[in-house]
Amino acid sequence: MFAHLSASLVDGLLIGFVYGIAAMGLSLIWGVMRVINLAHGATMALGMFCIYGLFTKLGINPYLGVPLAALLALLFGFLIYGVALHRVMQSGYLYTLLATFAVNMIIIGVGTTLFTTSPRNVDFSLGSLQMGSEILLGTRLVAAVASVVITVALYLFLYFTRTGKAIRAVSNNRAAAELMGISSTQVLALSFGLGTMLAAVAGGLTATFFPFTILSGGAYQLKSFVICVLGGLGNPLGALFGGLILGALEGIVPVFMPVSWVPVVEFGLFVLVLVVRPTGLMGAK
Amino acid sequence: MSFWRSAGFWINVLLVAIGGAVVLLIHQDTLRETVFTILMFVILASSLNIIMGLTGYVNFGHIVFFGLGGYFGFFLLSQLGWPLYLCMIAGGALSVVIALVVGAAVLRLRGAYFALATIGINEAARAFVANFAPFGGATGLYVNFSAYNAYGGSSKALWWIFTLLWIVTIITVVVCYLVKHSRFGLGLIAIREDEDAAMVMGVKTPWAKTAAFALSAFFPALVGTLYFFKNGNVEPEDAFRFQLSLEILVMVMLGGKGYVLGPIIGALAYERLRGVLLVSPLFKNLHLALSGAILLLIVLFMPGGLVGWVRDRLPRLRRWLE
Repeated sequence: MFAHLSASLVDGLLIGFVYGIAAMGLSLIWGVMRVINLAHGATMALGMFCIYGLFTKLGINPYLGVPLAALLALLFGFLIYGVALHRVMQSGYLYTLLATFAVNMIIIGVGTTLFTTSPRNVDFSLGSLQMGSEILLGTRLVAAVASVVITVALYLFLYFTRTGKAIRAVSNNRAAAELMGISSTQVLALSFGLGTMLAAVAGGLTATFFPFTILSGGAYQLKSFVICVLGGLGNPLGALFGGLILGALEGIVPVFMPVSWVPVVEFGLFVLVLVVRPTGLMGAK
Repeated sequence: MSFWRSAGFWINVLLVAIGGAVVLLIHQDTLRETVFTILMFVILASSLNIIMGLTGYVNFGHIVFFGLGGYFGFFLLSQLGWPLYLCMIAGGALSVVIALVVGAAVLRLRGAYFALATIGINEAARAFVANFAPFGGATGLYVNFSAYNAYGGSSKALWWIFTLLWIVTIITVVVCYLVKHSRFGLGLIAIREDEDAAMVMGVKTPWAKTAAFALSAFFPALVGTLYFFKNGNVEPEDAFRFQLSLEILVMVMLGGKGYVLGPIIGALAYERLRGVLLVSPLFKNLHLALSGAILLLIVLFMPGGLVGWVRDRLPRLRRWLE
């Protein structure tokens, strides 16, 4: 029992790192733009298909594919911002919500037509590591390490570069940042691009160890919301912490009850945290 | 209360009343099925409009009330043999109770946070029902064919169901109009425009929001019971179609949120549009993407929907289009 529990806990934690990356993107977008990106899950699914396509069609190693997918996602994020969001940035949350939601519907609709909804998987293995009685899959270890590296890189970018400081300035006070000569349009577009990029990277990493369809993004998006709320919406680094909590939960819950109850538990937690402490467990007061 | 003298009121009511009455007169099965879908959309969209259009709270999980209320009504009908109209009212009552409980907790959240919470409600409700044994779990429930005999055979029963749906539609539209023009409705609109200012002006916002949420939950349950009785079975996948929830949202936006006429026009236009797209081989699979494109275009360029657009262009028609 204990060995089983610790094995699934470690497994859950490793996946939690990747969830954290996805949630970080969502959190960054909310923090800087005050937009809840409902196309986040769909972007993740696109990231998965990007890796899948590069791997099966061109034979590119998934870990080389991830940076390429990240670049494409960054550009895709700029596109979404320009087409769907820029015009409604001042119109209030109802319109930004509906706009990103419409983007989500378009991606899912086109994706379903192109890729159908039959499950795919990236048939790629890095072997496994024996630790005591537990077996850790190589792909999950690499994904967890990559997630930590990305988090550190994001931290360094946000706190030690001029552009990163501009992003944080806009996040704190858009009007004041504009008075300091920061072009808020550029910063908003960049933030959305970065958020989309993180989603695609998380999607790509997930694709190396879970089967997926174009609709898989929805479940991960919901998880990302739970994580953001746990770590505090608008606090990108708290997202990694939230991801670990959720990953641990996902590891532990199936030991005690049927797997089909996992979404009910996750959602219950989500509403509970939203209602009791909407700023998140680590969020500011 | 002089709503019967208002042109806007009669346009809305007569539109659905005459639409349904014509079908009853022509008495043709295929036409009935088409109009059944339209009336169903009108009820779902109009009730969503109460919380989304008037109060300004986006609910991505409106279909939950259709599913849960319909499930309960169908359960009473198929397992306990209650008469249809009692089942409808019982389903509606359960829906209202759930909305009151959920709303009291979730509506403390403002705006975007509320919308977030509603996204997962549908999944949670489906997962719950699929694991809930009295509702038949993942396989759902069936009605014994003899249940239709009480209404004079299955063919007569279908017409009876249609007539009930027609009456529910008229009631829904009347209620929406009355709510919009009541003190309560003005309070809701004040919440939409500025919740803090509404509070200062003496609107009891937590109470008003919860009441609006509960009211919007009642009508989908009636439709759900009728719809599942018409189909003869109910299963979780059919009851909690997230996509339908989204399509209702598009209908409200398309017609114009906040207007009583909006959801009626939106439901009609969307159903016709979908009908055209579904038969065309090119767009058959793309209809979700097209709904998304329509929604995006409305959000970006026509935030008032069709009704709002016409009202902006032709101010003289404002008295008629409410």
